[in-house]
Amino acid sequence: MNFRQMLTRSKRELPCVIAFGVLLLALALRAPDFFDPQNLRDLLVNTAPTLIVALGMTIVILTGEIDISVGSLFAVCSVALGWLAKAGVPILVLPLAALVIGAVLGAGNGWLVARVGMPSIIVTLATYIAWRNGLLWITQGAWVQNLPAGFQWFGLSQRGGETLIVLSAVILLIAFAIALRHLSGGRAVYAVGCDREASRLAGIDARRVVFGAFVLMGALTSLAALLNDVRFSAIPSNLGTGLELKAIAAVVVGGVSITGGSGSVIGALFGTALLGSIGTALVFAGINPFWEKAIQGAIILTAVFADAAVSRLQKHVHLDFSRAGSA
Amino acid sequence: MSFDTSLVRADRISKTYEGVRALRDVSFDLRAGEVHALVGENGAGKSSLIKIITGATQPDQGTIFIRNQPVDDLSPRRAKELGIAAIYQQPALFSALSVAENLALGLEEQSFWNRVNWRARRSRAQKLLQRVGAVISPEAEAGSLSMPEQQLVEIARAIGADARVLIMDEPTASLSDRETENLYGVIRQLRQQGVGIIYISHRLEELTKIADRVTVLRDGQVIETRSMAGISREELIRLMVGRELAMVFPKRAAAPGDVALELCNLCCAEAGVRDVNLVVRSGEIVGLSGLVGSGRTELARTIFGLTPPDSGEIRIKGKPVQIASPADAIACGLAYVPEDRRRHGVISELPISANATLAILSRLSRGGSIDFAEETRIASEYLRRLRIKAPSLHTSVGTLSGGNQQKVALSRWLATNPSILVLDEPTQGIDIGAKAEIHALIGDLAAQGMAVLMISSELPEILGMSDRIAVMHEGTIVGVLDRAEATQEKILNLALGHSAQNGALLGEPTQ
Repeated sequence: MNFRQMLTRSKRELPCVIAFGVLLLALALRAPDFFDPQNLRDLLVNTAPTLIVALGMTIVILTGEIDISVGSLFAVCSVALGWLAKAGVPILVLPLAALVIGAVLGAGNGWLVARVGMPSIIVTLATYIAWRNGLLWITQGAWVQNLPAGFQWFGLSQRGGETLIVLSAVILLIAFAIALRHLSGGRAVYAVGCDREASRLAGIDARRVVFGAFVLMGALTSLAALLNDVRFSAIPSNLGTGLELKAIAAVVVGGVSITGGSGSVIGALFGTALLGSIGTALVFAGINPFWEKAIQGAIILTAVFADAAVSRLQKHVHLDFSRAGSA
Repeated sequence: MSFDTSLVRADRISKTYEGVRALRDVSFDLRAGEVHALVGENGAGKSSLIKIITGATQPDQGTIFIRNQPVDDLSPRRAKELGIAAIYQQPALFSALSVAENLALGLEEQSFWNRVNWRARRSRAQKLLQRVGAVISPEAEAGSLSMPEQQLVEIARAIGADARVLIMDEPTASLSDRETENLYGVIRQLRQQGVGIIYISHRLEELTKIADRVTVLRDGQVIETRSMAGISREELIRLMVGRELAMVFPKRAAAPGDVALELCNLCCAEAGVRDVNLVVRSGEIVGLSGLVGSGRTELARTIFGLTPPDSGEIRIKGKPVQIASPADAIACGLAYVPEDRRRHGVISELPISANATLAILSRLSRGGSIDFAEETRIASEYLRRLRIKAPSLHTSVGTLSGGNQQKVALSRWLATNPSILVLDEPTQGIDIGAKAEIHALIGDLAAQGMAVLMISSELPEILGMSDRIAVMHEGTIVGVLDRAEATQEKILNLALGHSAQNGALLGEPTQ
């Protein structure tokens, strides 16, 4: 694959990569303190759970659906895993438990969307409210405290725990990047997102693909919740507020088409990195951090605008090609 | 206004869609106070002409005159201002709004701050509905009306807009006898008021009742325009089909083998398919003919498990099979290349390689992982075999020409090694060269023993390619002709003939 092909293939991710590059460059010039190892380490540990949720969101959005319940799911899983830890479930079993709990919750969304045929934005809006308020009712707002000694940092040193968190995110990122490209399931995700009816005609069970995407989304969210939990000595019951917006924004900014069918997890990585580092960057650049949300909003708008402009441009290019190539 | 003046005149109109000539030098005129029938086979150019007269598309060459004034900037909006209204087979009303609101939308001054005068709106709706003889409450929700009622509302809207030219596309297709008579009454009344009506219909009998003149289109050309008086049904059919086959088709020595696909009393209410019986042998091409809407595509979709049958049986190589999904159908050795390839035949964002192997994805992967070498091998094999013209295997299919897209759609299904291939309009909208290549390919496939069921709206294609021809009408097969006995007239007679005798039954829902 030559350089030009690489550029064409990654044209959706490119704007975000460039934007991130520009941000880093600006910081290098104006606020080199940003690159202090401790700061970078904090940033990575903070962003890792968001990245994992963004991976799941990438899959869901690629199939042409959306999941806005992930913030609530994150809170439910955080608390449930805290309880399990307190009940004496060994720390090595917790990741497995996280996957199961998340998958089951995600399957609920998936069943309603794929089998019952309800629109995902409504289904997940409902579960977003239901899970969040159900959790509040059950916990009465109380935090999960007095966690067992081996819970924080998985019983490792803080350094070891942090490394494990970041490593998990990196491994998942690589696994999903490979899976989407090399597994037939990944191919099916793109096909279903591009054109559900055409995929059905090709013998792909589109409903199963969508269901699977929501199950994955749930499992990944729950895993992210566990990785987040172990950083603190107590688990608040209102975790994950706004997480769904963070994840969706990261995915869209990273070049994944909101209507499904195109984009990649690499895009989601850069989207997460760009949006996640803006806040810290502002602090280091000496700009009032109140601007963070405004700038994030502007980035999201720019990304969506660019996407619309590009697809309009591509339509014209298609027409030209079809004329040139007709024979 | 004086009668016999020209309302609309099309002068030497030509239109080409993606290299396919839809209209060639078409001249047509409509006078005030006449009903001018427009007839022709599927794809003869009727709807292309209508689209130009209503301003939906612009002609490549030629001029449209409206009341003898040349109009070169015809848009849907301009056409409406000039008094041209069209009523299609499928009524286009806003189903959640009331009848009165629907009538108001096209007619009232459209300004955001205008206060709605509900009383005036209602009373005008009432008057317009009365004029077309409709007993409909203006408050009724448009979506709750029956098809003929909705149609009357559309006619009322056209009258309300002072339409001088009314285009009606198969207006009686879903009407009962009485409703049809009612509509004729409305048409005659409009005619007396000097309105010109372009009337498209496949029911040739009704033309003698209602039309003053008729223009026959074939292959995008006007064959003849003449007075309706004294023209017989047989003569019209002869004019519609013409004499010679326009294309050369591959010669094949047909040696059909065993029965590959057998349909026994196949019914699917959802798709409107009823009581279909058909046999396709391996090595045989069976053409499936019929008018648009006769249920050909619906039958194909039923066979392929997209709308599974309610009753009846599908047998493959003599064995009854249950097909509830496309995956089942593929497992049974069926392949279906759908019509409208842009929508469903290919996935235009994906590269050729992924498209060509989409139906064999599970076979292509080992432990879920795609074997890219195998994918490239298969895709490049078909690229070569079907002579697909593309820069590389990684080109996204959306950038290819129509003919090459269709070849990619075909290669996806050939890759499944099917024993039965169902093709739905395989050469629609494809230029002549690619068409001939696809015809040759279909011939080769049959010669290699594949059973082919080919849906086509082009009679020459059906006649040139098929060993036998099954003709559909109203969701069922009304006749099967052998290659030797089949003629365009016979096919068209079967496709239309049923409707001629049983026209009155058409309004009733078919079970």
